[in-house]
Amino acid sequence: MTQAQALVAAGIRDLTDLGGVVLVFPLMLPITGLLLGLVLGGRYLGRFVLLLTLLGLGAALAIAAVVLVGGDALQYLLGGWSPPLGVGLRADGLSAVMLVTSALVMLAVALYAQRAFPITGDGSETRSSLVFWLLLLGVWGGLNTVFLGQDLFTLFVALELLTFSAVPLVALGGKPETLAAALRYLLFALLGSALYLLGAVLIYGTYGTLDIALLAERIAGADRWPPSLVAAIALMTVGLLAKTALFPLHLWLPPAHAGAPPAASAVLSALVVKASFFLVLRIWLDMMPGLLATAGVQILGAMGAGAILVGNLVALRQVRLKLLIAYSTLAQIGYLFLLFPLAAGAEALALTGGTLQVVSHACAKAAMFMAAGLIAAALGHDRIGELGGIARALPITVLAFGLAGLALLGLQPSGGYLVKTLLTSAADASGQWWWGLVMQAGGLLTAAYLFRVLGYALFGPRADEGRPPNLAIKRPGRVQELVALLLALCALLLGLLPPVAFDLTGVGRAGVDAGAAVSVAMAGAFDWGKLWGDLWPVLIVGLLVLCAVPWPGGRPAADADSVRVSSSVTGRAAAVVGLVFERVDAALRQWPVAGLSLLLLGLGLAGSLVGGA
Amino acid sequence: MSGTTLFGLGAAALVGLGLYGLICQPGALRKILAFNLMGSGIFLLFGVIAKRGGGALFAAGTGSDGDPVPQALVITGLVVAFAATAIAVALLVRLAETGGGTTLETDAQDAPAVPTDANLRGEREP
Repeated sequence: MTQAQALVAAGIRDLTDLGGVVLVFPLMLPITGLLLGLVLGGRYLGRFVLLLTLLGLGAALAIAAVVLVGGDALQYLLGGWSPPLGVGLRADGLSAVMLVTSALVMLAVALYAQRAFPITGDGSETRSSLVFWLLLLGVWGGLNTVFLGQDLFTLFVALELLTFSAVPLVALGGKPETLAAALRYLLFALLGSALYLLGAVLIYGTYGTLDIALLAERIAGADRWPPSLVAAIALMTVGLLAKTALFPLHLWLPPAHAGAPPAASAVLSALVVKASFFLVLRIWLDMMPGLLATAGVQILGAMGAGAILVGNLVALRQVRLKLLIAYSTLAQIGYLFLLFPLAAGAEALALTGGTLQVVSHACAKAAMFMAAGLIAAALGHDRIGELGGIARALPITVLAFGLAGLALLGLQPSGGYLVKTLLTSAADASGQWWWGLVMQAGGLLTAAYLFRVLGYALFGPRADEGRPPNLAIKRPGRVQELVALLLALCALLLGLLPPVAFDLTGVGRAGVDAGAAVSVAMAGAFDWGKLWGDLWPVLIVGLLVLCAVPWPGGRPAADADSVRVSSSVTGRAAAVVGLVFERVDAALRQWPVAGLSLLLLGLGLAGSLVGGA
Repeated sequence: MSGTTLFGLGAAALVGLGLYGLICQPGALRKILAFNLMGSGIFLLFGVIAKRGGGALFAAGTGSDGDPVPQALVITGLVVAFAATAIAVALLVRLAETGGGTTLETDAQDAPAVPTDANLRGEREP
């Protein structure tokens, strides 16, 4: 045992001696794969991509190990030119976490999609499968470049690569509504990237460099922020928020994520929206830490809170499963942005919680979209009211969906639990209790829509009542079911990782002891009282929702929507509240309204930064 | 008024026009053109900064005549904007061919924002 440990340690030391060269692999693998795939043609592309993602996961884990053991960020200068003349790649702990997460999800998606996008057989490749695999590599390359890039312009190009790969993924189905969703996504993302680029130009004009580390030095050296810098930060932040689909700039997300093929939805929801969030984090925490002391963080936090409330409430009212999951993504993005107001008072707790939210949501949401895809493929539709009997036909899939949901709503020992605990203690430590309240409400609403889906899946009336069972249900592949289940388990058991693994988050960042924060959060997690205290509100919500689900032999599925046709007073009140939020959401998703909110948000951010330093 | 200031103001005007078009024009083709207008403004700003020299606050009066870095950036930016336009137009053409219309004001995926009898019964999908 000790010999094995020594061997591992020696191996990591060898990798460390290599220096930052390991950072090249996460970029090289997807990009060379993309080019080779184009040349080789599609025959074995699925297997090839699977192999690449395996290698990529290995490379990401190696980088994480080197960063964790070395205790410092890795750097690699392209061509040996150091900034400001050259551009460098740099991986701190945060980048390493993101690299590992994206490689893991990519591997899972590659496994899942083997059956959905097959190419082998009689050699007749379908166009959509060739394109899917190439675009998947494009998304992966874009993500890795975002996580490693150190130069604002390199990051712009990486974001564009990501968008240009993600948009066609949405349109892969080729139906008019998915094409329209893809076009909306593309145009709004282009608006965002144009604003980002405008900000980058202004920064170059002011400071003469685009390297984040150099900029951090020069900005910290100035005694006050010039107006061009304030304008640039507001423009870049707003542009990135539009690409992240933070409420109220989310007009493109629900139709795009719900309309894409399930394997693509998993990548889009789990990873793609996180890339632009990651850049906001880089700008606000690394490039200009002074921003955390401004009122801008409250604006970001307020939008996050709005996302949690509106996203969850509207998710509860969705008729289709994939749209429900897309709205749940909208809500979960909100948690990420609570990081900013909380980091102002308690950076270690907030940053650890935010990073864990990225990891936990990536695994859980990918699992949910995969499960939803299997359910939709089996039934031929994904209407929640007609899911009856699916739990008996696809037990593993429904289990995966349920476990992923439990991870999202934050029960012990899931990643979601850690996120909620860490962010709530950050809220307490910085005297901002109201953010904790929002998170509690968000958790209960998550429980409500989770139990609504599970209720229909487990007890709902069967659509094919009277006919022989399982006649219409096509069986999914066993591998696909297991992949979804494993991802859900990753999210659910995240808290059981040894605390030292969480230390990775804080590497390269002074004063962030993530491992200690996590051990404190996990210490009392399984006390009986704590467990019960977290469990009973969820159980009550679950029971209330389950009561509203029609039982087999009861009313037919046609008028079974729980909230709308409830006859009790509380039911009517809930229906009115839900309807109001649905209307607000529909209004905010109009182009002119979304554009106007974008401008107002930019002005608000700029206003909150004026005079700071 | 010096040349760079004039061009800078021109860039600002282009960005403003593009932004207005992107937000207010209902047609997708007009939005794509507006994005290009906005992009041109940004690239013009790159040119202005190339002429003036980056980091003017720090390096004022060094007598440098032109900064090559923004010019290199502009070329990449142009390629990216070109690719973006190509994808957008291709999507739009396909959308028009499949009969999805050419405006983005209404959202086919969830058109009935107000619950109707049909979607109350969960019949949103045709």
